[in-house]
Amino acid sequence: MKELINIFVRSIFIDNMIFAYFLGMCSYLAVSKTVKTSNGLGIAVVFVLVVTVPINFFINKYLLSPGALSFINPSLADVDLSFLSFIVFIAVIAAIVQLVEMVIEKFLPTLYISLGIFLPLIAVNCAIMGASLFMQERGLQTFNESLSFALGSGIGWWLAIVSIAAIREKLTYSNIPAPLRGNGIAFIITGLMAIAFMSFMGITI
Amino acid sequence: MNDKKIRGKSVFSKNNLKILTEPFSGNNPIIVQILGICSALAVTVKLEPAIVMALSVTFVLSFSNLIYSLIRKTVPPRIRIIVQLIIISTLVIFVDQLLKAFVYDISKQLSVFVGLIITNCVIMGRLEAFASNNNPWTSFLDGVGNGIGYGMILIIVAFFRELLGSGTILGYNVIPQALYNLGYVNNGLMILPPMALILIGVIIWVHRSINKELTDKN
Repeated sequence: MKELINIFVRSIFIDNMIFAYFLGMCSYLAVSKTVKTSNGLGIAVVFVLVVTVPINFFINKYLLSPGALSFINPSLADVDLSFLSFIVFIAVIAAIVQLVEMVIEKFLPTLYISLGIFLPLIAVNCAIMGASLFMQERGLQTFNESLSFALGSGIGWWLAIVSIAAIREKLTYSNIPAPLRGNGIAFIITGLMAIAFMSFMGITI
Repeated sequence: MNDKKIRGKSVFSKNNLKILTEPFSGNNPIIVQILGICSALAVTVKLEPAIVMALSVTFVLSFSNLIYSLIRKTVPPRIRIIVQLIIISTLVIFVDQLLKAFVYDISKQLSVFVGLIITNCVIMGRLEAFASNNNPWTSFLDGVGNGIGYGMILIIVAFFRELLGSGTILGYNVIPQALYNLGYVNNGLMILPPMALILIGVIIWVHRSINKELTDKN
């Protein structure tokens, strides 16, 4: 249990998707103009992460990793399909995103309209794919670990996008040098926020 | 002869050259379109991985543009995203295996970021915006142009981070020992992730001060 909480807290604050690995920056910069939309996107990302990472975890553990197929037949013990992981992971993600899109369109039409093109683009949000690849690379062992990692990364991403949106709403009233307006200042503020987040480094529970 | 001349003209006509060179500055994928930052910044601590990354992205971008443009009329719009992803991920698997075979150390340094070329927004963005309604040759040029524009920013950022952060370029010491003896120290902050973001912000600032028409209105 302690281990799970540790993974959860680490992936929110220390290995934050945006501030430590720059994953999902495209939609992070493009959708963060108002808090309301970024909140919606944040929740969608958390949801997609929590669904896709455990599914990819099972696929990786029982189909792709070296020797994983030996439960079918011991003679398959030296089969290594891990080179297929990119294509399998992205196919799972694209299918889940399609599903989420249909659900949101049906039940939350206003959110659907305000997210616009960025909803289908969650499929190519690097944070989603990145979480699956980190799950594989760090060798998470159990289903619970992958779930708490996915939840933590998602919440970290959500926290990042909502806080930059809140700052950018206030920035509208400030007097920024003309060439720096818009994305330039957003980058620099993200950098400063990342420095602030580095103060969490080394925390263990 | 005449036929050849016309074809030669159409292959590198003024319009095609514009497609090729526009992404270098005026329509740069990173600092103007703000796409593909995800996998861009984490590999810029050192120059060498950044160059490898730039080459890989250019390769994947130009060939996925070419392939998708060849089949664009046969792909039904509803399933186009998954078709695009399949094309991209096949090319990325190819690149990943090549890197593992020939430059294993760098491939280890790039870790998950090679796989993340699949979700690089530049590639999807160009497929959607350009290759889906242009002919194969111009799409290929567009891919090469955007790949170079992307790589340029990557290499500029990596150059400054490696020079100021570790005092080396491509692993060679360039800061003379005498300077260290005088009390110069490498800026450790440059190696940390936040500085990549701030450097990109500064590049945008400089670029938009030169090209005033790109400045945001509000």
